Amino acid sequence: MKDIIPPNGSGNGAISSNKNNGAPALKGTPIPFLSNGVLRSLHFIIATGEYLVLIIDTIKATLRKPPALNLILKQLYDIGVASLPVVAITGFFTGLVLAAQSFYQLADKGLSSVTGLMVAKAMMTELGPVLTAFMVTGRVGAAMCAELGSMRVTEQVDALQTMSVDPVRYLVAPRVLAGTFMMPFLTIFSIVMGIFGGYLISVFFFGMSPNAYFDPMPTHIQLFDVFIGVVKGFVFGVFIMTISCYKGMNTTGGAEGVGKNTTNSVVITYCCILLGNFFLTVGLNTIRDQISRFL
Amino acid sequence: MIKIRNLWKKYGKVQVLAGLDLDIKTGETLVILGRSGVGKSVLLKHIIGITKPDTGTIDVDGVRITDLKGEQLYKAIKSMGMLFQGGALFDSMNVEQNTAFYLTQHGDPNTGKLYTNGELKDTVAEALHMVGLEGTQKIMPSELSGGMRKRAALARLICYRPQILLYDEPTTGLDPITAMHINELIVKTQKELKATSIVVTHDILSALYVGDRLALHKDGKIAYIADPETFMNIDDEIIAFLRKIISHDPRSFRE
Repeated sequence: MKDIIPPNGSGNGAISSNKNNGAPALKGTPIPFLSNGVLRSLHFIIATGEYLVLIIDTIKATLRKPPALNLILKQLYDIGVASLPVVAITGFFTGLVLAAQSFYQLADKGLSSVTGLMVAKAMMTELGPVLTAFMVTGRVGAAMCAELGSMRVTEQVDALQTMSVDPVRYLVAPRVLAGTFMMPFLTIFSIVMGIFGGYLISVFFFGMSPNAYFDPMPTHIQLFDVFIGVVKGFVFGVFIMTISCYKGMNTTGGAEGVGKNTTNSVVITYCCILLGNFFLTVGLNTIRDQISRFL
Repeated sequence: MIKIRNLWKKYGKVQVLAGLDLDIKTGETLVILGRSGVGKSVLLKHIIGITKPDTGTIDVDGVRITDLKGEQLYKAIKSMGMLFQGGALFDSMNVEQNTAFYLTQHGDPNTGKLYTNGELKDTVAEALHMVGLEGTQKIMPSELSGGMRKRAALARLICYRPQILLYDEPTTGLDPITAMHINELIVKTQKELKATSIVVTHDILSALYVGDRLALHKDGKIAYIADPETFMNIDDEIIAFLRKIISHDPRSFRE
């Protein structure tokens, strides 16, 4: 990426990493016919390519010789177990406000009986997976990117290599495996917490009967709704882990670079989650329609 | 025998290596001198294969390192080791785990046999004793001083007895006594392992102490390479400066 040359003269600092090249970078032949926009898209294409190569390398390294079990277990704990409190709080309060708002909006129209169903469906298909992914990105993804980034800039990744240890197998693979495995579970956990939160406020604050809250669920919630949540959790898990690891492993520029890359990785992950969520919602519901047409 | 031929590497617009040629004999200690930023560390990273040149080749004992990647590379460099400038200790592990890292990953470098916990402890204690860091096993790298970190990194390196050792500025930033201790260790390790050592430094005292041959890295190439005595008599402004450093009273530099 360093090889991309910022346009001289007209250039207003195309790619931030290039400013470190200092004076020598300004002396060579400029490429005037490449505009800022073209350079940016080139940069983007190269980065995407490198990102995909990292994913392929991770799969290859895992298949050739799986990472050590203790490394995976440590990541399972750090990503999964240690995230439970924050995911629980997120799910719980989301369910709580969802139920409260639904109740306020629906009660005067005589529709308050669907409050429970509304909470459950929303949590399962959208809010559970997306908010869990957001919390995990902030809690795990950022830490991961910063950790790998500082390992990169202090030459610890190089040191691994000189000791014949593949950094992809040793650092990236355990994180990606553990993260993608844990995300569906965390998602389900947050969904359960959300429905529980909704239940508490509906029953104890609005005086709904517990039966009224739960009754519509068995009839209207299908296995496919749960499936949507789990699939989304899994895909978001892949996004969070691979983007954080990619950004971390490609950090340059010392402590400042670590900070910059961490911010970047969180922003990119959020965008990918939101965009991916849109396509998953449309895609999965299309699949559901197709299936129900056959059945 | 390490053969480097026509090595080129560019970072951005800076030509760091420009057609570098170098032969390193088995069993010798070669010191590469050069000013900061001329690409001495980059050269070491090329020799151990973790950085790839733009063009050019490096053969280590007949194996073309520059053509290898992934598993093949890691296999080929198993008997090579590098001491990094900042130590590059893993901050998530204590000194003991750091020192034992290679052995826990690969077992015995020759037989591949995995060590028992007791054997590991003994080997680590021995290596730490060699660098004068006894009893630091349970300390985390962040609690060590710069010099201690470098010595712990050296312990991690000699623990697995590599046949080719690369030192990236081993004495930079150390007090003169510790620096001399490190120099002694380099020579001792060299003798004990009958290893090939490449030391990159700009510390002329250290270079003269450890080096069998000295080389000057300048403008992306090895400008001169010779035994210490001949080297110090070469007519070159950098070498003239080095001569002045070791033979003059520092006050004489004042104008």
